[in-house]
Amino acid sequence: MTLFLALVRQTIRAAFGQGGGAFTGLLFYFSVVATLPFAIGPDPATLSRIAPAMLWLGALLATLFGLDRLFQDDRDDGGLDLLVLSGLPLSLVVLAKSLGHLVATGVPLLLGAPLFGLMLGLDAGAIGWNVAALALGLPALTFIGAIGAALMVPLRRGGLLVAVLILPFTVPVLIFGVAAAGAETSQPMLLLSALSLAATVLGPAAGAAALAAALD
Amino acid sequence: MAVATLANPTRFSALAGRLLPFVLAAALITLAVGLYLSLFVAPADYQQGETVRIMFIHVPAAWLSMFGYGLMAVAALGTLVWRHPLADVAAKATAPIGAAFTFIALATGSLWGKPMWGTWWQWDARLTSVLVLFLMYLGLIALWRAVEDPARAARAAAVLILVGSVNLPIIKFSVDWWWTLHQPASVFRMGGPTIHPSLLVPLLVMAGGATLLFLALVLIGMRNELMRRRIRALGLRAAAAR
Repeated sequence: MTLFLALVRQTIRAAFGQGGGAFTGLLFYFSVVATLPFAIGPDPATLSRIAPAMLWLGALLATLFGLDRLFQDDRDDGGLDLLVLSGLPLSLVVLAKSLGHLVATGVPLLLGAPLFGLMLGLDAGAIGWNVAALALGLPALTFIGAIGAALMVPLRRGGLLVAVLILPFTVPVLIFGVAAAGAETSQPMLLLSALSLAATVLGPAAGAAALAAALD
Repeated sequence: MAVATLANPTRFSALAGRLLPFVLAAALITLAVGLYLSLFVAPADYQQGETVRIMFIHVPAAWLSMFGYGLMAVAALGTLVWRHPLADVAAKATAPIGAAFTFIALATGSLWGKPMWGTWWQWDARLTSVLVLFLMYLGLIALWRAVEDPARAARAAAVLILVGSVNLPIIKFSVDWWWTLHQPASVFRMGGPTIHPSLLVPLLVMAGGATLLFLALVLIGMRNELMRRRIRALGLRAAAAR
């Protein structure tokens, strides 16, 4: 357990430290949200109608693009081999690394989202729902993305491939996430939580299988 | 003959080579009969006219797009659980063929959609699910190409295939939910669930023929992949000897 928590802490510290990408993710999110109005036009009615979609797409891309190095840095400096030898089950290694990533990149995204929602013309209530939906959905995105990150370990570069592999799997999260932000019923919110819970189980298990395949 | 004896790639190649002409001939004969039935014998639909004949290509292709993924999922289990040496060869050979059949289903659906719904593409629940399936096939092919060592690529791809087989029903469900939420049933009514025998018989013959063709192509793909690997191994050995 101490090892697990230490790994979470180390991942967070690495993300905020030198060369880490935690704030780059937030900046990327901001850039996506700030660029889209130039493509769509400045009409406030249109922008506030598609605001939940933009908030979700930006968060999805920011999460995925930050993920491809999740295990590759550890592979490059030999840390991954040490983690394998540490006795911590591989699925817990994946879980700890993903949790660290979730805290380091997900939380900044959640802090930025209300501001971006405001800029897109959402009212206070809608912003609250959107941020709540994002908070419930980001674990699903991160844990599904961790599978892709683990698959990138035998590759020299991951880059776009991780997004290509993982984006189809995020379709349900996107659907229920956007729906949860605008729905009158709790059903999409519950389904979104279910997806996050399922991904918490499936992601580390599949990620561990991918790591094992890459390392032996 | 047990499956285990087929694990030897040489023996498998030999057996596949012997089977192939029969499977291929059966596929071509069945498809020829099926095409004759569907193009000349089956009546035109009273509402859709001659365009209903697109169905005889479209529906088998759509079935096989899912059959292909099922085949890959079984092969992925074979790779991860039993480490069967041919399982990955089968999965890797199936992927482009499955992708091709998925593409045929999408393309013929588009051709059918233009006269029937008045549009080439509609974000209909079923179309969208098939599109996601197509993307997953392409992603898998990209993964196989990206990892250099075949053994590692095999297990990485197997993990992704199995994750996909868990996710596909969820994606299907969510897309159905999304579509019923956003769109009232306005476009697509396919004359009810029952289909007249005069159309059903050609459809089943075509489905049988297309399945045989699919299997024949997988066998050919597997033999090619085995040869490709042998060439790679010989090249490595030659490089090491130098």
